[in-house]
Amino acid sequence: MPREVTYKVGLIGHEQHAKDVEGTTQDITVQIHELDAEPWGVDTKLEHVGTEVPRVDGALKATGAAKYSYDMQPPGLTFAGLVYSPHAHAQVTAVDASAAKAMKGVLAVKTMEGQRATYPGKIVAAVCAESEAILDDALASIRVTYDVRPVAAVTEDAMKEGAPQVTGRKNVRSINRRQPPDASKAFTEAEVAVQADYRTAVQTHSCLEPHGCMVMFEADGSVTVYASTQATAGFASRRFLQALGVPRSQVRVITQHMGGGFGSKFGAMEWDALCAEFARETRRPVRMMLSRRMEHLVGGNRPDSIQAMELAGTRDGRFLALRGRTHGTYGNAAGGGAGAANTAVYRIPVTEMHQNAVATFSARGAAFRAPRHPQGFYALESIIDRYAGEIGMDALAVRLKNDPHPIRQVQWRIGAERIGWKENRRAKAGSDKGVIKRGVGCAASRWGQAGRHMGFGGAVKVNCLVERDGSVAIESCVQDLGTGTRTLMAIIAAEELGLTPTQVDVRIGDTRYPPGPGSGGSTTAPTIGPVTRNAALRAREAIGALLAAEWGVADHEVGFARGTFSAPGGKSTTWAKACSLVGPEGLRVQGERRRNWSSPFRETAGCQFAQVAVDTETGVITVEKVVAVHDAGRIVDTMTARSQVNGGVIQGISYALYEEKHLDRAGGDMVNPTFDTYRIMGIQDCPAIDVVLTSVASGYNNPGMMGLGEPATVPTAGAVANAVYNAIGVQVTELPMTPARVLAALERRQG
Amino acid sequence: MADKQSEGGPPRGGLTRRALFKGAGAAAAAGAVFRSLEGAAEEAGPRSQGPGKVPVTLKVNGAERKVPVEPRETLLEVLRLPLELTGPKPVCDRGTCGACTIWVDGEPAYACSVLAVEAAGHEITTVEGLGNPDALHVVQEAFVAHDALQCGFCTPGFVMSCAHAVKTHGKDLTDAQVRDACAGNLCRCGTYPHVIKAALAAAKKGG
Repeated sequence: MPREVTYKVGLIGHEQHAKDVEGTTQDITVQIHELDAEPWGVDTKLEHVGTEVPRVDGALKATGAAKYSYDMQPPGLTFAGLVYSPHAHAQVTAVDASAAKAMKGVLAVKTMEGQRATYPGKIVAAVCAESEAILDDALASIRVTYDVRPVAAVTEDAMKEGAPQVTGRKNVRSINRRQPPDASKAFTEAEVAVQADYRTAVQTHSCLEPHGCMVMFEADGSVTVYASTQATAGFASRRFLQALGVPRSQVRVITQHMGGGFGSKFGAMEWDALCAEFARETRRPVRMMLSRRMEHLVGGNRPDSIQAMELAGTRDGRFLALRGRTHGTYGNAAGGGAGAANTAVYRIPVTEMHQNAVATFSARGAAFRAPRHPQGFYALESIIDRYAGEIGMDALAVRLKNDPHPIRQVQWRIGAERIGWKENRRAKAGSDKGVIKRGVGCAASRWGQAGRHMGFGGAVKVNCLVERDGSVAIESCVQDLGTGTRTLMAIIAAEELGLTPTQVDVRIGDTRYPPGPGSGGSTTAPTIGPVTRNAALRAREAIGALLAAEWGVADHEVGFARGTFSAPGGKSTTWAKACSLVGPEGLRVQGERRRNWSSPFRETAGCQFAQVAVDTETGVITVEKVVAVHDAGRIVDTMTARSQVNGGVIQGISYALYEEKHLDRAGGDMVNPTFDTYRIMGIQDCPAIDVVLTSVASGYNNPGMMGLGEPATVPTAGAVANAVYNAIGVQVTELPMTPARVLAALERRQG
Repeated sequence: MADKQSEGGPPRGGLTRRALFKGAGAAAAAGAVFRSLEGAAEEAGPRSQGPGKVPVTLKVNGAERKVPVEPRETLLEVLRLPLELTGPKPVCDRGTCGACTIWVDGEPAYACSVLAVEAAGHEITTVEGLGNPDALHVVQEAFVAHDALQCGFCTPGFVMSCAHAVKTHGKDLTDAQVRDACAGNLCRCGTYPHVIKAALAAAKKGG
């Protein structure tokens, strides 16, 4: 029987900054399924949830004991590698692998003649060998003949009339789901309108552990796959299963630890399928991990963007209309990962956005931490600052005036105080004397993921196992990408059972365990958190029932608080003692993830402030400080949450200042596919990062959780760009803001 | 970590590390890369080894390990397989990211840029040699306590760089010294602030 519960949701704490803001908490009434736990609201007192808990697998990772797919090397391991096209557009006319086939220690060779490459990195041959050295020799010996065709490598070239077509369709395609409203009337009537074009570069995921897997046939004919994936249950694609030649039920996928995914690692890719074929043919364990160069070429990327933006408003800072035309490339897949998200934060009466995907001769993009958002927010927040400059109004005041989100209203206040907005924001941009000029800027974030009740392979469930000595284990196929999934499951189970997080053994990352979610879109924590609670609750109820029988009371008379069971008549016992009633086979129960409820706190909020110093002689930007204020629903572990926000900020700065996939425009190949030429941010570039977590009981699920991974990187580039604008008095309208682009912007200002 | 962009001839976009070392003869290539081995290179003279496997005795984490290696094989490859020390990670393949950082005679080095044959006779320490989950080194303990890791793939390298900084500077270790020590390590998850915290905390504890 569903039951109705009324409770308070919204912001937890931060009363001082919330006192002038309406609607930061609300009472809501929800219908709760009988298998779902009571909601934790604003006022719920919790022991472990919301505290600093070191991650439970930290010691494994700090000692090198944690095993990644790349570390799996069973006896008899063989090694697979690839030959791939250096041409963005070519017909593969011949592949001569005769020398490779003749080499001692080469176990199998595959060649793909007759294929058309429409991106550099297209696989044309694959080899499986006894050792990595033999593999290298074999790959180097393969000769490929190409009929090279003309390319359109970059977005602008592919947009030109008469550009070589990548697919059977036109290169430029609208990805608007519906016709946007017409903003021309608003622009005609508006007191103020500003316009600017913004550009962002293609960014590669640059996961440190490359894509790949190790495939092994067991003696009984079943298959074990160690995959570097964000979805153990979603990894075995149809193509992969065909390559293995066994049914899905015979395939076990394991991801105990994985070295970064950021959206690029879900289902098995062609190289994984080739690895599977080699394993089937050789009946030996085979490992195939991409090289760093291939990782940059085909391991996924964030589409670039060209955004022509216009913003109209009143003289007193009220937005009236936003209009924009965006183009971005998703590589040779014309599809919808391109585009720029920028309409969901501020109150803007009319938004007319025309979004276009442009096919180019490069490998397809992939979901990358907050797809479409960093690029969209960079342009949106930049045009807002331009508008604020135009009307002579403080950029933060403009945001406060147009931001309808009560939590973000609080966050703007917190962030402004911590960056010292009043003291550090230059009233006149670029007014510092001397060569080094400083400024501060800000930008908003949003996300809105409360998790799901369905995962790969069915309804999300979690097992809870209790042994008669009181020890507890939690099981799910969900994987921990380094976000702290294991740890938050331990914390939640411990909270429910009156234990400490280290007393809970979390077994995850294995398809032998119950169905769990893939880790994308910041859905993992809010999906797995509530069901972990339900599983622990089932275990507690089961132990309570054993006690009730023992004590001769009704089940409902057994209470539980702080690790102690009690019943009327002064009966009381600890968790560990009560568990002695469990039989020798142990107790195994299962929790189910129920559907989300609904709540006014649908969107998570965030904002970031950056302080930069710009050397106007060299054009070098130094980010000195970032204040990042984020809501992710209820924060379960403030320590791992802070790590995630640090990571979002650092990736965001890296995106704003350093990262760019450079292509040879004539041939289409990537010219900087190494970590010394494709720069990601290092520790020397790292500013002070002040993370403020504004926990919100979201009202969407029993702990009130939402996702955090993505929103932490949404606003960073925009905040840094606005700080640069404040420092030098001119906008750098292209990411990354390299020294050359900064100097060019300064020249434009003087000219 | 193998694949080739083929046209015939070496891959474009720069030599791989193995291609660079291959056939160079062990002694020639490594001296420039690897300062602390200069003495050994001199003693060995200009003779070449290989191309087949040659027996090498490596002193790793205090134990002598006798392994046959090809002269072109890097120390990283030999540590990971056959020695099964998978703490040091292969990532950039060209001495940029520091995920394979180890110590040779107590000094940090990129294992991907050292030939295994050159490392013979030197004390090699990997992250596994610092401590284990049941007996953590003070720096490893601080990495856990301050969450100086996320996905963890770069972590062994950072631990080795930080542990060296702690060993060198002791209690006086500064923020800037930690950054210098880790300037050759890359982390994609963005864990740097916690790495600095952890190293400073470990130094205070008297690592």
